[in-house]
Amino acid sequence: MRLLPVGDDSLLVDLDSPEEAQALHAELLRRRGAGTLTPIAEIVPGDRTILLRSISGVDALRTELGRWHVPALTADSGPLLEIPVVYDGADLRDVAALWGVTEDEVVRRHSSVEHRVAFCGFAPGFAYMTGLEEAYHVPRRSAPRTSVPAGSVALAGAYTGIYPRPSPGGWQLIGTTDVPLWDMEREPAALLTPGTRVRFVPRDPDPAPATAPAPGQPAGVTTERTRT
Amino acid sequence: MSGGKLEIVRAGALTTIQDLGRFGHAHVGVPRSGALDQPAHRLANRLVGNPTDAATLETTLTGVSLRATRPVTVVVTGAPAPVRVDGRPAAWACPVDLPAGAVLDVGAATTGLRSYVAISGGIAVEPVLGSRSTDLLSGLGPARLGDGDTLPLGTVVGRPVHADTVHWHQPPRELVLPVLLGPRDDWFAAAAVRTLATARFSVSAHSNRIALRMEGPTLERAVHRELPSEGTLPGAVQVPTDGKPVVFLADCPTTGGYPVIGVVPEHGLAAAAQAVPGLPVRFAPIRRR
Repeated sequence: MRLLPVGDDSLLVDLDSPEEAQALHAELLRRRGAGTLTPIAEIVPGDRTILLRSISGVDALRTELGRWHVPALTADSGPLLEIPVVYDGADLRDVAALWGVTEDEVVRRHSSVEHRVAFCGFAPGFAYMTGLEEAYHVPRRSAPRTSVPAGSVALAGAYTGIYPRPSPGGWQLIGTTDVPLWDMEREPAALLTPGTRVRFVPRDPDPAPATAPAPGQPAGVTTERTRT
Repeated sequence: MSGGKLEIVRAGALTTIQDLGRFGHAHVGVPRSGALDQPAHRLANRLVGNPTDAATLETTLTGVSLRATRPVTVVVTGAPAPVRVDGRPAAWACPVDLPAGAVLDVGAATTGLRSYVAISGGIAVEPVLGSRSTDLLSGLGPARLGDGDTLPLGTVVGRPVHADTVHWHQPPRELVLPVLLGPRDDWFAAAAVRTLATARFSVSAHSNRIALRMEGPTLERAVHRELPSEGTLPGAVQVPTDGKPVVFLADCPTTGGYPVIGVVPEHGLAAAAQAVPGLPVRFAPIRRR
């Protein structure tokens, strides 16, 4: 763990791996929930860093952090979401070629592993999810699209992401979901927050018969709350 | 007095609604946003008797014209500009009584870039995630204002302050930005920090509420691998692949994939908010510990 200075009252905690960063993030949230963490305006995870913005007592926290025992993440830490996906993305064939497998096998492999929101950025509600093995990491498209439809499920580098709204984008599109990623009427507005575990569930393109969603939950999403 | 509406007669080049910003949502990708020149925004609110978190108008270069459906007290701070009420000259940085229906015109900034217009009662658009600020990066909050827009006014809670003197910094002829080095100064060649400390840069015309972009020499990197995305914040001096530093402002993204060589502390950012394109810029890097 390296503590890098950021301005006069913030710190960037730099870790050796995304797993360590996610474990420290869970520990920070646990301590904040327990009321034992000094006030920090924003706790912003990155790929293998945590940015702590506007810390009350930055020097004290700097000393304290080095003494923390941070338990490794367990497989079941964080809430689990299932997100239905129609694997009909415009780049599914290209991704299959990059992986050296069939399109059906891309669907099988992408939906058989558990993903985890490592961090957010790019747009409100846009989550960078890790979970795919390194062999399945893919480059961005050489030419970004000027508009990617909302709900597009896409791959780039180590991550799976879902575009919360139409925007330009260079990620490889593998499917679509109709689950709203960002909904101002919902609290919190973001469906995917750092630490959330995600399973993608393949779905047929034809909409299934409508079933009433549980109160406060978007249709097609099941939530299993576990202790963090 | 409560209620009433504000009508935007002339929106100018870019006028937005701003308050202190949107806090606590950076982890889901929500920028801080808020007034770029925070001291000017706070001063404007104090002078008309508003709490400092009331929403004001932030103009860009060419000012704004407006009228209200009830009598209000208004004040213009930030970039100095000619102020007129129904065509008659009125004082800048001094509370002015604006009768119902009378037009307040804030002209083009004589120096600096952004003026702030506070109206007694504040602008009472519906807050989004705790803030009324327009966020031009992510599109949260009210849209940028257009001619003919009407906005709800809030309840007057305080009395205008008739200050004898107003503490105000004239926008300088050269912008000097203190930079606390880190977190990624070790990703740059030693020469890059020397260049940052000694070279003259100038404000690029491509600057906006997201970032103050620089024209000038490039900063050479010592580490050439890709930086995994990490959290960022207003004030961060990020150096993209072209080597030209970019100073992040209030609407900046919450994470980025280019190294941040240093951070301009909050108190240095108000001057950056008033920097016009072409203004000379120097950085004053400070290394700690």
